[in-house]
Parts: sequence; C-alpha cells; structure tokens
Amino acid sequence: MADHRSQGFGADRILLYAVLLCLALLFLLPVYVMVVNSVKPLDEIRGGNLMALPVVWTIEPWLTAWSTAQIGVQPTGLKPYFLNSFLLVVPAVAISTLIGALNGYILTQFRFRGANLLFAAMLFSVFIPFQIVLIPMAKTLGILGLAGTVKGLIFVNVVYGIGFTTLFFRNYYAAFPIELIRSARIDGADFFGVLFRILLPSSGPIIVVTVIWQFTNIWNEFLFGASFSDYSSFPITVALNNLVNSSTGVKEYNVHFAGAFIAAVPTLVVYLISGKYFVRGLMAGSVKG
Amino acid sequence: MATLDLINVQKSFGPTKILHNISISMADGEFLVLVGPSGCGKSTLMNIIAGLEEPSAGELRLDGRDITPLPPADRNISMVFQSYALYPNMTVAKNIEFPLAMRKVEKSKRAERIKSVARLLQIEHLLDRKPRQLSGGQRQRVAIGRALAREPRLYLFDEPLSNLDAQLRLDMRTEIKKLHQRLGATIVYVTHDQIEAMTLATRIAVMKGGVLQQLGTPYEVYNRPANTFVAGFMGSPRMNLIKARLVRNGSELALDIQTGTRPPVRIELPDMPPAMNAHIGSEVIAGVRAEAVDLARPGRVAGPTERAFDARVEVIEPTGADTLVVLDLGGNEFTVRLGPDASLKPGQDARFFVDLAKLVCFDAKTEALIA
Repeated sequence: MADHRSQGFGADRILLYAVLLCLALLFLLPVYVMVVNSVKPLDEIRGGNLMALPVVWTIEPWLTAWSTAQIGVQPTGLKPYFLNSFLLVVPAVAISTLIGALNGYILTQFRFRGANLLFAAMLFSVFIPFQIVLIPMAKTLGILGLAGTVKGLIFVNVVYGIGFTTLFFRNYYAAFPIELIRSARIDGADFFGVLFRILLPSSGPIIVVTVIWQFTNIWNEFLFGASFSDYSSFPITVALNNLVNSSTGVKEYNVHFAGAFIAAVPTLVVYLISGKYFVRGLMAGSVKG
Repeated sequence: MATLDLINVQKSFGPTKILHNISISMADGEFLVLVGPSGCGKSTLMNIIAGLEEPSAGELRLDGRDITPLPPADRNISMVFQSYALYPNMTVAKNIEFPLAMRKVEKSKRAERIKSVARLLQIEHLLDRKPRQLSGGQRQRVAIGRALAREPRLYLFDEPLSNLDAQLRLDMRTEIKKLHQRLGATIVYVTHDQIEAMTLATRIAVMKGGVLQQLGTPYEVYNRPANTFVAGFMGSPRMNLIKARLVRNGSELALDIQTGTRPPVRIELPDMPPAMNAHIGSEVIAGVRAEAVDLARPGRVAGPTERAFDARVEVIEPTGADTLVVLDLGGNEFTVRLGPDASLKPGQDARFFVDLAKLVCFDAKTEALIA
C-alpha cells in the first residue's frame, strides 16, 4: 500500500516538473526571442527564423535604440525619454506611497464617522477604467497649467495610484497593534510624530509592495503618457511606441527588440531585487484587516 | 508626585452606560488598583485617565488642575501596557529615550536618565537590543523603564503582568511593589487578578458593570466587603455566603440556617452592629471567610467568639501551605482552610469551630453589607 502510493507520488512529481518546465519555457520564450534578435544584424532577422541564434553578433541595435534611433521626428534614441520616465516615476511613486501611508494611518487610527464609506469610495477608484477619466483629467491639467509636462503626468499617476496605495497601507495598519500608537501618544508624539517615528519605520514590507506596484504600473503606463504629454515629456512607453511605429524607412526589428528590452529593464531589476519582499509583504498585509 | 481626583466620571456609548458616576480621590503616593471582571469598565476608566478616551461627563483633576480637556501628551502621565507596547523599530535605549526626545529634553540629560533607569531596573546590558530579542520579563522591565524615565506625575499600569508566566508574574509583582515603595509614586493599576490587587494596592476600587462597588484598603475590602459581589470576587477561596434567618435568641442574636425540610441549625452570634436589629425576623446572607473555621480537635476549647458546628467532608484539596476542605453544611457548600496536616477523609463527619468575630451579614434583597 505504502509502496504503491510512493510510486504514484513519484510519477506525479515527474509529471508536475515536466509541466512546470514547459510553462517556464513558454514564459521565457518571448524574452529569448527579444534578446536573440536584438543582437542580430537586420539581414539575419529578415532572412532567417526568429528562434535562431545570431551568426554575427552585434550590439549596434542597442546603441541605436538608446541614442540615435528616430523617435517621431527627432533622432534622439530612447535616452531622453528613459530619463523622462525616471523623472516621472520617482516622484510619483514617492508621493503616492506617502499619501497612501497617511491615508492608511488616518483610516485605521482615527475611526471617524464615515471612515469606512470614504475607504470604500477610494477603493472604488481602483476599478475606474483609465479611459473614463481622460477628458476630465485633460481639463483639470489645463486649469492647473500642467498639460504636456512631466509634472502633469506625476499628478495624474499620483491621483490614480492613491486608491491602491491607500488600500495597501490601510490593510497593513489595520493589523498594527493599537497600543503602540496609544503609547506613542502618551509619550508625547504628535500626529506626524506617530506616523514618521512609529508607523513608517515598522512598515518595511508594505512599503516594498507599494513601491514595486506603483513603480511597475507607472513605468509601464501608456494611455496617460500618450494623452497628457508632448514631445518634451513623453515617457518611455510612448517613445517606444513612436520608435516602433515610425512610418519612414525600413522596420528595424533588431532596434525595436533592443528598445523594448531597454524599456523593460527597470521593472525587471525592481522585481529581481525585491520580488521576495513583494510576496512576503502581500501576505503580511492580507492577514488581517 | 501628585494627587488625582476623579469627579463623577461617566462614559456612555449611545444609550449604553459604560461607567456610572465614578468618583475617586487619590492622595499623593497612593497605589490604587482598579479590579473587576472583564467588561467592568476598569480599562475604560484607565483610558479616560490617560486621555485616550473622553468621558461623557465628569472631571479629572491632577494636582487640583483640571486635565479633562488635555490630550494624553500634555497630562504628564506615563502608561505601561499589557502588551508592553515597545516600539519594535527602536533599541531598548531608544525606547526609553523616546518620551524624553518627544519632550525635547536635552541630549546629555536624556543619556543620564537612560543610565539611571537602566541601573534601577537592571537592564543595562540590554540597552542596545531590539525588543524582539528580549524575553517577556525583560520587555516588561523596559516598558516600566520607559515610563519611569520621564518622571511623570502619575503612572498608569494596564494589566502589566497578564502576559507573563506564573513565576515571573510573582517576581515582577514584588518588584513593582518595591519600586512603588522606593519612588513613592502615585500609581493607578488595572488588573482582573484580585490577588494582585490585594498584594499591591494601598487602596482597591472594585468595579462591576461600570459601577464602583467598593473603594477601600485591601483589609477593608477583604474583611468588610460592601456587598456580596465584592465578597465573592475578592479572596481565594471566595467568601462562604449562606442564607439564614436572623432571629432573637434571648438577649442575643442568632442565625437559623435551614435547608429543605431539615430542622434549622441555630448559631448564636456575638456582638453585632446595631444595624442588624432592623433585620430581625428576615432573611440575611451570612459571609464567612474560609480561614475563620478550624477543626475541633480533642481538647481544643472554643474561644469567646467561636461556635461549634458539625458537617460532612466532601472534597479535600491540599495546596501545600494549607488544605482547603469543602464541607456540606446542611446542603450548602462551605469551604474552609485548615492546616496542612489536617487528617480528614472525604465522606467523614467532623466537628468544626467557626470564629464569628469577622462574620459579615448582607441584606438578602439588596445584597449590601449590613453595617
């Protein structure tokens, strides 16, 4: 009986690993295709198959994509737009994370009338499709004088991110021991004293989750970027689109692959560095609240 | 140190009253213990003193100054929590320093205070550790140290020993008492453990259902409980409460204890307070502590306030220091505390002496002490 079971278990294991291996290959295939074709001369791509390794290795497409490729009308490469994206993402992530922490603190520690209703409303904002807010947002940016600027994009992404960040921090702080807050208040900490000296220093996991989430979302965001920016303020996603869709000349697929990879590198790095914390933090936040 | 006055403090959530008109005045250096079963309002009262909750009505005075509208930080109060509430991101030293830093105490002075507090509580070797690296007892010391560092007017302790294991609890209890004697601090201490209340308090406030049942010294609360609730709650084993009819027996008073159809057992009473006379002929509840009873060994003569009675032994519970014996007294369970060498057997009939010098009687209807 026991033998039979362990034999069956062994076969199960093999099958399981086979399936997992197939899935892993399936997921890695696009990455492979991108990398392989980004280091090939254009002739090889046009003449051969996409899966083959390059005959002549070259980093020329990467250099072109980075600094000389035609983006719209300018031959600037992705470099300035990559910088734009950083100028957008860093403040947008920082501001939305901080506001999320502040909201979570207020919603959990000051149980004012209507707190739950307010939270439900903020949660609802998470589910509003981007397209619906395009026109009102364009109007708002116009009034604020931020249309077509990186600042405007920061504003849009912060507003749109607050729903998520509030959700994360609120659930995390709901499980935070109330006695710590009370103790800090008796010890003389004021409103921001409690937030900055007690809550935030104990919020490592949820800060990591929020930062990863916001970073990838804002970095990869396209619609707002395409709608609310101009040539000087395009984020990398829009620039990549312009690179790939430029209608003049031949389609330089190897440059496109390299460009796409360049655009994906920061999020990849963020995941590789802190993916471990991401899962851990999601669990921690979801235990209670 | 300071005096604290609670004046008609009330708390209600909507129509539900959590606290009814609590008035307590504490003298300088007093150790007041709020004790009661869970849900009695003792923690709410403590939170109101701390400023963490607002009273619905009433006033709090610290050193005669009205502190009712002040936020917790401005009351000059320290609090030790049941869960210790040590800041997990700070070292022990930083924890102790925190209330000082928040009050912008000079850096050199802070270091000095941390040192002296650490020496007092023998936690000097722990100063660089984080709270999670400490044992329960060590955490408790740090929490107390943090409260001491500020030298507040008033200390609040919210069930500080409940999370410790039994042996440590006894040790820390002694330490807290020592600390109180050394500092002469004014302390309000909440617990549900009546033994902790008895051992620590200079005065005990027994609460139930948001009502202050009795405020008195441990001696008063133990020996002259204000009502049957206090009589049953304070002391282990609990006070024996037996229904009896108060009758006149010549010039003296006597209790007739009757169960079922058996003939009543009459026990003559020594001198009782004059208020008892009003209850002659009616039913009262007689309260006797377990240690007021002794085995009638051969040759032992009853004292002037002792009366003999016979009862059947039901259960024997040796505790080492003494032996608790549960008797069947005319159908009532009656617990007595005898010496450790009492040689009784379950089912045996025996004769006992009960000392009525400390007998208390309660009104059978109101359950209040007749005094």
